[in-house]
Amino acid sequence: MSQNKVDQYRRQFLAQASAVAGLSIAPGVILNTVHAKPADQAVSNKNRWGMLIDANKCASNCNKCVTACHVENGVVPAKEINHETDAKWIRKVKLTDKQTGHVQTIPMMCQHCANPPCVDVCPTNASMKREDGVVLVDKHACIGCRYCMMACPYNARSFIHEETTEKKYPRGQGTVESCTLCAHRIDDPNGPNNPACVDACNAEGHKAMWFGDLKDPQSEISKRLKQYGGEQIRSDLGLNTGVRYQNLT
Amino acid sequence: MKTPRYTEIEGRSPRFFALMAVLIAIIGAGLISALMMHGEGHIITGMTNRIVWGTPHVFAVFLIVAASGALNIASIASVFGRTVYKPLAPLSMVLSMTILAGGLAVLILDLGRPEHLLDVPLTQFLYNSMPARWTHSVFGWNFILYTGFMFIVGIYLWFTLVKRHNKYAKTASLVAFVWRLALTTGTGLIFGFLVAREAYDAAILAPMFVVLSFAYGLALFCLVLIPAYAWTGRELGDVIVNRLRKLLGIFVAAALYFVIIFNLTNFYSAAKADGIQNFLLFGGNSYSQAFWIGQILLGTLAPLALTLLPGFKSRGALIIASLLVVIGGLSQMYVTIIGGQAFPMDMFPGKIVESVIGDGAIAEYSASLYEILLGLSGIAITLFLAVFAMNVLRILPESLADKDIDPHHSA
Repeated sequence: MSQNKVDQYRRQFLAQASAVAGLSIAPGVILNTVHAKPADQAVSNKNRWGMLIDANKCASNCNKCVTACHVENGVVPAKEINHETDAKWIRKVKLTDKQTGHVQTIPMMCQHCANPPCVDVCPTNASMKREDGVVLVDKHACIGCRYCMMACPYNARSFIHEETTEKKYPRGQGTVESCTLCAHRIDDPNGPNNPACVDACNAEGHKAMWFGDLKDPQSEISKRLKQYGGEQIRSDLGLNTGVRYQNLT
Repeated sequence: MKTPRYTEIEGRSPRFFALMAVLIAIIGAGLISALMMHGEGHIITGMTNRIVWGTPHVFAVFLIVAASGALNIASIASVFGRTVYKPLAPLSMVLSMTILAGGLAVLILDLGRPEHLLDVPLTQFLYNSMPARWTHSVFGWNFILYTGFMFIVGIYLWFTLVKRHNKYAKTASLVAFVWRLALTTGTGLIFGFLVAREAYDAAILAPMFVVLSFAYGLALFCLVLIPAYAWTGRELGDVIVNRLRKLLGIFVAAALYFVIIFNLTNFYSAAKADGIQNFLLFGGNSYSQAFWIGQILLGTLAPLALTLLPGFKSRGALIIASLLVVIGGLSQMYVTIIGGQAFPMDMFPGKIVESVIGDGAIAEYSASLYEILLGLSGIAITLFLAVFAMNVLRILPESLADKDIDPHHSA
């Protein structure tokens, strides 16, 4: 084999290897470029972050998403556990069909509505929706009137009833808070972009939760929604939720 | 009719000081409760993440609704030309402002972070937030409606009390009348616009609150007027007492009509009939007791009898009827506000729903002493300000004797 022939094979091999390597890492790169934005750049309405939850894949005995969320965001009971007054950014809900007895469990959290009632009723603009669809509470503007909690159709918001000991994130006694869709992760160009609950679900191998950009037709979540559909809880209210559910029967 | 002579009430007698001392003590207890709620957090109250509005809101909303109703006497005199009520107009205006102040005080002291109202930069609040909020937040509307009410009724009072401005009083009374209707409508819509909750989400709540306000406001008006005249030795004739009695009866009857329509409409929906409506009215719980015993029996049927049956002509009967209307009003707010939250929202029709936060289950609530004291302090603030106003302003006619208000009266 002449030297030229060897060079030709080498070039072909390198080109093919590059193509394979490129194809392998491209989804990750593309995902990261979709998620990441420079730290000094404001969020935009080019994205709408959302979540898809498959009720059939959610294991009834698993609570990892709840634990992961509350560890990630420093949501811990103040002194002793009191489910009625402790903050719950996410919770597992057990559903039993009255006719058939069929049992399912699903995680419930802020549904990040496109038309959020909590934002509508807030008198100080503390409850707000970011351009990318994430619904948040500005603790510095929240006066603790709890009207947003009255308006939320999902019991998704918590009032901080007492001083908390967790110092990882500032918690405002007397203010309202709820799931942020781990906005700090979304905004971190170098960090993991999935919310902590989704990562925990994947780590357990259940893969019941997908996070992504609902406006990107190529995103996994959009493809799944297009292929299998997804329903909104209390769709009758016309809130256009960012969190959708599959196989809720 | 003679032009009434208005004078201040005396403020030096032991009885006056005793009354003010009692009111200050109740206000102090309420303030201490509010301070403790802010220090320890709302954990010391009976409120939870399911029952987010508790007893303070029962008192606050009752007072805010009653405030606009207390203005009715002035409106009837001025807008509807019933001159017999004219001497009572200044007291009616002052009471409407002090009742609103009492209600708002409770509402603000119950906030988780009332100081954030000051932290939010004023410019942002007034120039950025508020215009945006006007179109969205019913609370935002109410912020404007409450402050506007104080301002407009204040002007109306000024025009009424200062003789050279009397010619503007009629216009001011019209503006105030329209504004008070808007205010109570806005208060009703705080609940009416909560589309997610089955207990509310009804446009009829707005006019119902307006009619309820007529009865609640007049009851509080009678509870101030009659003792004020008795304790200061001023004459209060039967003509005015009997008119107030009949008026209260008519307002209570009108309120009953709306309550019946509201509840019957809720029974029309199968989901509501089996769910929230059955729970509130026939659940055998504190809400059904508050409805039947508090709101209907004590707060409606008994006052109707005391005001409309011929056998009850005494001032005592009117006082008791007014007290019962207040009890009925607080019961109604308890059923509407707390009962409405206690019943779970129907997120998953056809499913039994369970979770650690009590999704799908009836939420428990028992009022703490702090909440009750804070609520009562709202009534005390109302009365303290009213008595103080009567002491420094000339708003109470020296005599409301029959011969002074009714030219055709023959003794």
